[in-house]
Amino acid sequence: MAIEKNVITITELTRQIKYSLESSFPRVWVEGEISNFKHHTSGHIYFTLKDEGAQLSAVMWRSRVSYLSFQPEDGMKVIARGSITVYPPRGNYQLDVEQIQPLGLGELQLAFERLKQKLDAEGLFNPEHKKPIPEFPERIGLITSETGAALQDIRSVLSRRQPSVDVVLAAVRVQGAGAAEEIADAIKDMNHVGDIDVLIIGRGGGSLEDLWAFNEEIVARAIFASKIPIISAVGHEIDFSIADFVADLRAPTPSAAAELVVRDRTELLEDIGNLCYTMRDALNNQLSRLRDRTESVVSSYSFNHPKDLVREFSQRVDELERSLGISFAHVARIAQQKYKSLRQQLQALNPAGVLKRGYAIVRREGRIVPRAALLDYGDDAEIQFHDGMVGVKVEKGNS
Amino acid sequence: MMKAKKDVKNSLESSLKRLEEIVEILERGETPLDDAVMLYEEGVQISKACAEKLKAAELKIKKISKDIDGQFTVNETDEV
Repeated sequence: MAIEKNVITITELTRQIKYSLESSFPRVWVEGEISNFKHHTSGHIYFTLKDEGAQLSAVMWRSRVSYLSFQPEDGMKVIARGSITVYPPRGNYQLDVEQIQPLGLGELQLAFERLKQKLDAEGLFNPEHKKPIPEFPERIGLITSETGAALQDIRSVLSRRQPSVDVVLAAVRVQGAGAAEEIADAIKDMNHVGDIDVLIIGRGGGSLEDLWAFNEEIVARAIFASKIPIISAVGHEIDFSIADFVADLRAPTPSAAAELVVRDRTELLEDIGNLCYTMRDALNNQLSRLRDRTESVVSSYSFNHPKDLVREFSQRVDELERSLGISFAHVARIAQQKYKSLRQQLQALNPAGVLKRGYAIVRREGRIVPRAALLDYGDDAEIQFHDGMVGVKVEKGNS
Repeated sequence: MMKAKKDVKNSLESSLKRLEEIVEILERGETPLDDAVMLYEEGVQISKACAEKLKAAELKIKKISKDIDGQFTVNETDEV
């Protein structure tokens, strides 16, 4: 009898298993011991998690490996979080690890994660709340242990880079019971003291428990409420604290915080020196530009040859004079001619001339007698010749 | 003790800003010479004051403490 066989391909079966598994275990926390640990050259981590009864392949991709705060190794008991994925080419399933932590720190880590998520959701980490760190703080508030390495590190960096700043220390306990409260109070106190430009809070490296005060909510809230910008400097480079997320700036270490907070004095003095040089150069440039302009005026042809200028002018004057002279002589000649002809006319009209030609003037009692009718018989008269007068008597009457 | 120094607060920052401003004005070279010389003199003064301010030889660390009645004191301290 023929059995109805529902044959499907391996690929199809694997696809269905993949779907089924991956949707059933999108996020799991598992506890186990690491074995077969391999850090591949690609940067990914491959290992096996096992307990007495079973084992589970696990992979952590390079991008997440960089967030690891410890070095996993064979035999280490850990808690890993991730999702189950199926790798069809090899027909196996594995844990795609997102996060891993050594067992025993689990409680603290979980508390850390919970608080981080809570504060993040409240917006305490939002970039818009970050206050700018002043470029040239003159008074730096420091909240750390009076006996810790952080204070010495910060002191030595500040002494080297910028000893002209004031440091105001609020000595607090940085670990153990009550440390978080002291740190939070110190932040409030610094805000009341006033006149503090920037705050550094932190401590040197230590275990997660040692650093725990900086993961407490009370510290996070005090940092958030501070009016003074805060730089957090907790532990080593790999240690991230809640304080780091809330602070306005995270420094990887206390020394780094001190490096970040002040400009190096030598560099700064050099910068000021350079500004002075530039200023002097600019002024000198302006002066030499003015000098060039003066120079070019002074060396200009006319400025340099005043005599030429005078000569030019006097030549012009001469020319004007000459043309003036020419016209004057012309006028004079015309006038002279006119004078001559007028004199001739006048000469012609002069009675003396007429008399010379033989004419005579008759006068009676001094007055000229122009007509014969005016004289009668017996009248006395004078006749004027050109060379003299004679007296006469009319002998014959008017005819 | 606390003292108000608001007037000189961040004077280094504002001094440097002014110095940069002067350099910029002088570099434009459009200022009448008299004014330019005055600006230059101001710049020299500022840079001297800045350098003076930066010359402190030793880092000063003070400690704040709070009295029972909540008053703060800031004390010079050699031994921290």
